[in-house]
Amino acid sequence: MDPDLSTSIIEVKDLEHQYGDFKAVDGISFTVGRGEIFSFLGPNGAGKSTAINVLITLLKLQKGEARIAGYDVRTEPEKVRESIGIVFQEVTLDRDMTVWEILEFHGRLYGMAREDRKKRISEILELVKLEGKKDTFVKKLSGGMKRRLEIGRGLMTRPIVLFLDEPTIGLDPQTRMRMWDYIRAVNEEGTTIFLTTHYMDEADNLSDRISIIDHGKIIASGKPWELKNALGKDLIYLETSDNTRARAVISSLANVSGASDKGKGILITTNDDGTKVLPLLIEEIRNSGISVITVNLKKPSMDDVFVHFTGRELRDDKPEKVSTAFGRR
Amino acid sequence: MIRFVRFKTLLISALVQPALWMAFFGIAMSANFDRLGSSIPPIPGVPEVQYLTYMAAGVIAMTTLFTSLFGGIVILFDKNWGLMREIMASPLPREQIIFGIALSGMTKSFIQVMIVMAFGLLIGVTFFAGYTIGHTIIALLGILLFVGMFSIGFLFFSAAISISMETPEGLQGIITLLTMPIFFASNALYPVSAFPPVLQAISTVNPLSQLVNGVRYFAIGDNFTTMGIHYVYTTADILLSFTVLVIFAVAMFGVAWWRFKVAVVT
Repeated sequence: MDPDLSTSIIEVKDLEHQYGDFKAVDGISFTVGRGEIFSFLGPNGAGKSTAINVLITLLKLQKGEARIAGYDVRTEPEKVRESIGIVFQEVTLDRDMTVWEILEFHGRLYGMAREDRKKRISEILELVKLEGKKDTFVKKLSGGMKRRLEIGRGLMTRPIVLFLDEPTIGLDPQTRMRMWDYIRAVNEEGTTIFLTTHYMDEADNLSDRISIIDHGKIIASGKPWELKNALGKDLIYLETSDNTRARAVISSLANVSGASDKGKGILITTNDDGTKVLPLLIEEIRNSGISVITVNLKKPSMDDVFVHFTGRELRDDKPEKVSTAFGRR
Repeated sequence: MIRFVRFKTLLISALVQPALWMAFFGIAMSANFDRLGSSIPPIPGVPEVQYLTYMAAGVIAMTTLFTSLFGGIVILFDKNWGLMREIMASPLPREQIIFGIALSGMTKSFIQVMIVMAFGLLIGVTFFAGYTIGHTIIALLGILLFVGMFSIGFLFFSAAISISMETPEGLQGIITLLTMPIFFASNALYPVSAFPPVLQAISTVNPLSQLVNGVRYFAIGDNFTTMGIHYVYTTADILLSFTVLVIFAVAMFGVAWWRFKVAVVT
């Protein structure tokens, strides 16, 4: 849905938070417009969860300002809580309650009138496709179902903003994609979404805007394509017989915006279509008497964006194959 | 309304309360003391009461203490494995969470007390001896009133501890530490007049003693002898006891309120 950036639903200014001596959030400022899907992208320990916990009023706001849906987080926490939905990173369900009871409990906790509650519960069950499970105990649900239930629960009160802390962590690839569909569907209905994630593809696929956060600070912000474009249009990777000299040659070329060492070769960002720049590059290098050993061409991914802005790789832990170090079972 | 939601949830998710266990505990205790008959001649005009009956009030108080102190443990379970995060993040005012725990715990205590008393009557405790129906009902209400106020106080305390602990072991440790002194430094099992002064002072302000006084007053009467000791309760005595319980409950609420305010559940 087209976000309306003229209306800020979330405004954060110079937010700081520390645990004892450790500064988890070190002065972050950002705004989120109505109807946006906004992501905090960063590795574990970057401060994302701390930041989101302050915004949902579970942590006391120590320094800085934050407004959500027009309410001040510090002075009007109850009003903030009434306006938001939350899907926590950890499973926050009572194992001995049924799906229906979980939703009912939430509705009553938030003061929903009975008729509205009943109606809403059916709507939610339909949205997250758990109608058949409405009398099933939580302990019998799979991980994906629990997550869906929690997302459904976050939507019970038709919140203005839905906060999701690592929504697809620990889920298999299919369930992840389905989660993304739900999140998009929810956003289509007008809910502003704020999510934290350490998954590149999640931030890239879902967000209208992303803020990259690391060590408690915002490193870069923008739309996904803007961030990728910061790297130029395409990325070329070359391994040559003389990288140092080759770099000098490349850097002097017109449609090259940058060249840096990466691994055994050179990573080049271009100003123009990489498929056109590449032949010229190779020719120039060979004219200088250097031979080209390996070539790779690609559009910048969020991984590259992250490396570019933070100088290091994001420790991306998508579901890995079982390490062969453990041998076969 | 929301408090009752909490109450209902606790009833659903609570394991079968060992109320029956408590009742059996009561029987076992009193069976042991059956032998303690009194050999001192009774005072004319004053009803004599067997030790069993005297002590039954103490047993009721003890089970209420135990249950109430444990009552807050649900908070801990929810904190680690359940819904406390969602409750704290909701607009529900903190005091309602505390009240919800207290109300549900109090109800459990009521049920327990009724069961213990029923068993007691079965095995020969002479509560309500010679009472009319009307009198018995009033007496029951009086007992429940005292039990309620007592249990609320300790439930607030239990809630305060539970929200502050990270593991159930912490709460269990504190409970174990407290129950023995509270039980034995009171008039639950024996008259306080035999204590050394320090112990007497403690027993007099001990909330458990107030509860036991209340139960004895309503269940046995205001004038009786046990084991050769003459007991007289005046209305002022009982009102004072109740006031102590109220003060205790209010103070504990303050503690719970404070702990909930600074609690962090992430």
